[in-house]
Amino acid sequence: MLTVRELHKKFGALEVVRGVSFHVDAGECYGLLGPNGAGKTTTLRCCLGLTAPDAGEITLDSLPVPARAREARARIGVVPQFDNLDPDFTVRENLEMFGRYFGLPRAAVAARVPWLLDYAGLTDKADAPIEALSGGMKRRLTIARALVNDPRVLFLDEPTTGLDPQARHLVWQRLKRLLGEGRTIILTTHFMDEAQRLCDRVAIMDRGAFIAEAPPHVLIDREIEPAVIEVYGDRVGAWFEAHAKRLAERAELTGETAFCYCRDPEPLLATLAAEPELRVLRRSANLEDVFLKLTGRDLRD
Amino acid sequence: MTSVTDTLRFRHVVFRNYRVWRKLLAASLVGNLVDPLFWLVGLGFGLGSLLPTVSGLPYLEFLGSGMICYGVMYSASFEALWSAFARLKQQRTWEGILHAPMTVTDIVVGEWVWAALKGTLSGVAIFIVMAALGLVRSPSALWAFPLMLLTGLAFSGIALVVTAVAKTYDHFVYYFTLFITPMVLVSGVFFPTAQVPPAVQVIAQLLPLSHATQLMRAIVLGQPLAGAAGHLFALAAIAAVGVTVARALVARRLR
Repeated sequence: MLTVRELHKKFGALEVVRGVSFHVDAGECYGLLGPNGAGKTTTLRCCLGLTAPDAGEITLDSLPVPARAREARARIGVVPQFDNLDPDFTVRENLEMFGRYFGLPRAAVAARVPWLLDYAGLTDKADAPIEALSGGMKRRLTIARALVNDPRVLFLDEPTTGLDPQARHLVWQRLKRLLGEGRTIILTTHFMDEAQRLCDRVAIMDRGAFIAEAPPHVLIDREIEPAVIEVYGDRVGAWFEAHAKRLAERAELTGETAFCYCRDPEPLLATLAAEPELRVLRRSANLEDVFLKLTGRDLRD
Repeated sequence: MTSVTDTLRFRHVVFRNYRVWRKLLAASLVGNLVDPLFWLVGLGFGLGSLLPTVSGLPYLEFLGSGMICYGVMYSASFEALWSAFARLKQQRTWEGILHAPMTVTDIVVGEWVWAALKGTLSGVAIFIVMAALGLVRSPSALWAFPLMLLTGLAFSGIALVVTAVAKTYDHFVYYFTLFITPMVLVSGVFFPTAQVPPAVQVIAQLLPLSHATQLMRAIVLGQPLAGAAGHLFALAAIAAVGVTVARALVARRLR
């Protein structure tokens, strides 16, 4: 459905994408993960023909991009990172107008709008202005807008950034429904729970290149120890020096929290029995642990 | 078949703006139509009563043709500056349209044509008032309508270039104060260009508004004009260069 080969893109002297290659099959949900500035959005924009790559080959639904990007966009849906709903129109008019941009017959759009409103859960708000919508409603409308042409592929750039937990869960449920209908989804996110929940495969991107690509559970099995012990408290430093470094396969101390990654957590837990003032959380490794291991804990602003 | 509908894709952008305009009809009419009408009536009767003939015409008759061009320029510029910039920057409307199978060319051409149509509407309103005052007598005056559209395309072309490079709305104040206002004063809208110093006259001859007023006055009065083809060519060239440069600049900005 989408094939990208050796994609390169520079903005001025800054090499934002450095030789990215990947393939997405029909019906798959593929996630591009990475810290801010990793090159996720630029990669996505290149796939849509909105940014011209410096080098590389992109094929989207059998069409070469950017050469035939406009035709490719006629068959796909796009949900941008920042809402760009048209504030001069109501909810319904936004959907109608977007159908126009696709060159769809007015009757066909009119017939599809009720379904789209229902999908977005905005049937009651059909005639409301955009400014009257909450963040979650706007996001759902943006997704519905991207479905106006009944696309087989949907591109979503950080679909739940800025939403509260209820709104996020509702968006995830809507996206799962699309996957259930056999559509292909390509999304970027920096929420690991989102990726783990939705994606069949994820790629972790850092500084313009892929550093790992696999199904989420495979990445967890392959890249990281299965058990995680988190330890908090004022005196965690002394305990960390004395035991964690010795008994865990990998251990990190950030501020007053120690993260210990182990195959067998029991010996480490035994040492904690003697430290009642330290709080302990024992859990399984998740995609976020993999992400932090591969991209580091430094801020990327 | 596809190619014709392809090149006409800009019509979706024109339609979008028309649909919004229809909602805000009252405010739009006051801003774009009533403003030049006040100038025409106020100056035409007020100042006109103090003046002898200007270029051999009663002042109101002289002013009328100039005000048509002024109205077209003002409306087209305002639309292609403030309104287009809102759609480019604040509202991200153009970005949204690009997610559909539309191109930067479709958007810029659509905005260009739309702003010219709004300018034409202002010109038509002034034309109707002039006709009501008995100032339109020659049948050749009907050529004023295509000339209004061409004038609108020239000014919306230039304005879209300014919009494409603007960082904030403040840039448009410079454009108006440093370009539009002096141009209005030397281009024969309110008084003949012959009144300004010869050096300024040379520059004035090159300004788009000057081409428009000279053509418009000749057309409305039904008089022949030496060099009419040159004036038409100049307006067409400004319009074409404007929209071409604006397209390139917007493409770079939105890449």
